[in-house]
Amino acid sequence: MRTLYGTELVTPLMLGTAQYPSPAILADAFRESGAEVATVSLRRESGGVRAGQPFWELIRELGVAVLPNTAGCFTVKEAVTTAQMAREIFETPWIKLEVIGHTDTLEPDVFGLVDAARILCEDGFEVFPYTTDSLAVAERLVEAGCKVLMPWGSPIGSGLGLLNEHGLRSLRAHFPDLALVVDAGIGLPSHAARAMELGYDAVLVNTAVARAGDPVAMARAFALATLAGRGAVTADPIEPRDMASPSTPLIGKAFLG
Amino acid sequence: MRATTLEELLHERGLGGTRVAAAVNEVFVAASERSARKLVEGDRVEIVAPMQGG
Repeated sequence: MRTLYGTELVTPLMLGTAQYPSPAILADAFRESGAEVATVSLRRESGGVRAGQPFWELIRELGVAVLPNTAGCFTVKEAVTTAQMAREIFETPWIKLEVIGHTDTLEPDVFGLVDAARILCEDGFEVFPYTTDSLAVAERLVEAGCKVLMPWGSPIGSGLGLLNEHGLRSLRAHFPDLALVVDAGIGLPSHAARAMELGYDAVLVNTAVARAGDPVAMARAFALATLAGRGAVTADPIEPRDMASPSTPLIGKAFLG
Repeated sequence: MRATTLEELLHERGLGGTRVAAAVNEVFVAASERSARKLVEGDRVEIVAPMQGG
């Protein structure tokens, strides 16, 4: 059984917490979907404002696992320091490690990512690296100590879905025992179902839920899609074939011609 | 800035007892080390708090 550093998800959906119309809608999205992991972040605290404290209370009341990210970090040093601060604030060894390589695509700087992953794994972190679908990079991340990988489906916030299914399938085949989560670019529940059908262990969605007209209903739709996709894998699907094959038995058919 | 340690600085800014983390000159300083971490002119102090994220 593949787990997220020992944690099993009944509903294989992780939700981001940014961009919701209100804190109440964010909370309802979690409650209605059954999502068990919330990604969170850090911001500069300006003196006396204490803006982060109500958010922390809200997340704590939800009772979900917290996965802090290092969003906005462009260097190894920034990412490592941010991870250390996140560990103290959120009281978790989990870190969604992002080392961004380009501002236009928000694609990972995979070189810095591997370096930061090595430092953090050695320091006792349980690292969830936001990576590409590159098999070579994945191997380096596993060597660095990562037991979960989070390859992108498509650029963050794009909603384009899984742009390289072949790459994602290849990762799944090469790492049968590693937990894999599609992070970034998922726009529709069908994308999430597809990721699960490929044998992925969970999906992480933020923009597609938070910016939907009805985020709560969309969160629920995503949860159902992830469960449908996972159910399909365990039900052992048929192989596609080129030729038709009758599904209705021909034996005993009335001779009406 | 009158504070001589990181701990004092956090209190001065009204952040004593709140859920924040700190780094000085891009190096993380654990909560347990704040009172021992002396600040000198030119130190760059970063204080962060929980925020929504994806």
